[in-house]
Amino acid sequence: MNNSSKTLLNGIFKENPTFALVLGMCPTLATTTSAINGMSMGLATMFVLICSNIVISLLKNLIPDKVRIPAFIVVIATFVTIVEMLMKAYTPAIYDVLGLFIPLIVVNCIVLGRAEAFAAKNSVGLSALDGIGMGLGFTLSLTVIGIIRELLGAGTCFGLNIIPDNYSMLLFVLAPGAFIVLGLLMGLFQKYVKK
Amino acid sequence: MLYFLIFISAIFVNNIVLSQFLGICPFLGVSKKIDTALGMGAAVTFVLVLATIVTYLLQMLLDSFGLGFLQTILFILVIATLVQMIEIILKKISPSLYQALGVFLPLITTNCCILGVAILVANGTNKLPEGLDHNLLTGTIFALATALGFAIALVLFAGLREQLRRNDVPKAMEGTPIALITAGILAMAFMGFSGVI
Repeated sequence: MNNSSKTLLNGIFKENPTFALVLGMCPTLATTTSAINGMSMGLATMFVLICSNIVISLLKNLIPDKVRIPAFIVVIATFVTIVEMLMKAYTPAIYDVLGLFIPLIVVNCIVLGRAEAFAAKNSVGLSALDGIGMGLGFTLSLTVIGIIRELLGAGTCFGLNIIPDNYSMLLFVLAPGAFIVLGLLMGLFQKYVKK
Repeated sequence: MLYFLIFISAIFVNNIVLSQFLGICPFLGVSKKIDTALGMGAAVTFVLVLATIVTYLLQMLLDSFGLGFLQTILFILVIATLVQMIEIILKKISPSLYQALGVFLPLITTNCCILGVAILVANGTNKLPEGLDHNLLTGTIFALATALGFAIALVLFAGLREQLRRNDVPKAMEGTPIALITAGILAMAFMGFSGVI
């Protein structure tokens, strides 16, 4: 396997941000009440990850080492603001549901973590691929958690009715369900993927 | 009496960690011992109240110039600076408090409950009991109550995890997975408060 596909796949399986690195837990738990919400949050984070990785990798030689963290945060916050404004304008319904968690992408440890651990040391192309891989890994895990919670909680999947007869188990849509589903999925991941 | 309700609401009914999902990282990260959990809780209380007051005033300034879109960038920078400043001042004024909180202060910048509460209060979207307006006073009390809620959840969880370590847990569930399920059960217990207010 060559270097670039390895970088891309790294984020999806081996270093999956949610299940292996355990980063960015707040949006993972809070926004996965349904599959579509989880996926939107994942895509928004992916956009910020890719853009900030590219820009930081371009700027890595210009930023003095001592002020690199504040500089990274400003770059990230800029892209978060862009995402926020775009979502407010084009997808107001999703913006209302995700609400506070969009500006909070700034303090999502994955974004700053990849900037510091990968983009500040690698070429632009590889950093972009790393952003895509990590973003996909994050989106994928959020979507999976969202699908499970939506199916168990409301009996639907992406809004389609799967379990009929007014089925609902509110617990899985509310807070405790988020913790329990994530805990069980992480246990499965440790058993079968990580080893 | 209404101000007292803010405390009940933010600590039990709408607990920041167990029902709002803010500040999960320190909740999972520094909850292995009760001592460290207490230190982190105190540090968060201190910074959260100060950060909320400063960012609330800043938001008024931003609004008067029509620069609302700068909120995210400005808030995170102000919080990072504030944490750094508190660290320097504490070191000078009260070395003993610095000793107790020191390790946790740098971690707080990336704690999303600080930025989250600051944004909620500045936008006037924090949950308050009926009959109270969104202003600096209620915002500050809300921040204090939220931070106390965070500290209580953290200390309770640390106590549970200390007990958990003595138990035989299946290998795949060791560490974070079993901690998450414990947190789920704790959240279930806190759900019982939901009808109080």
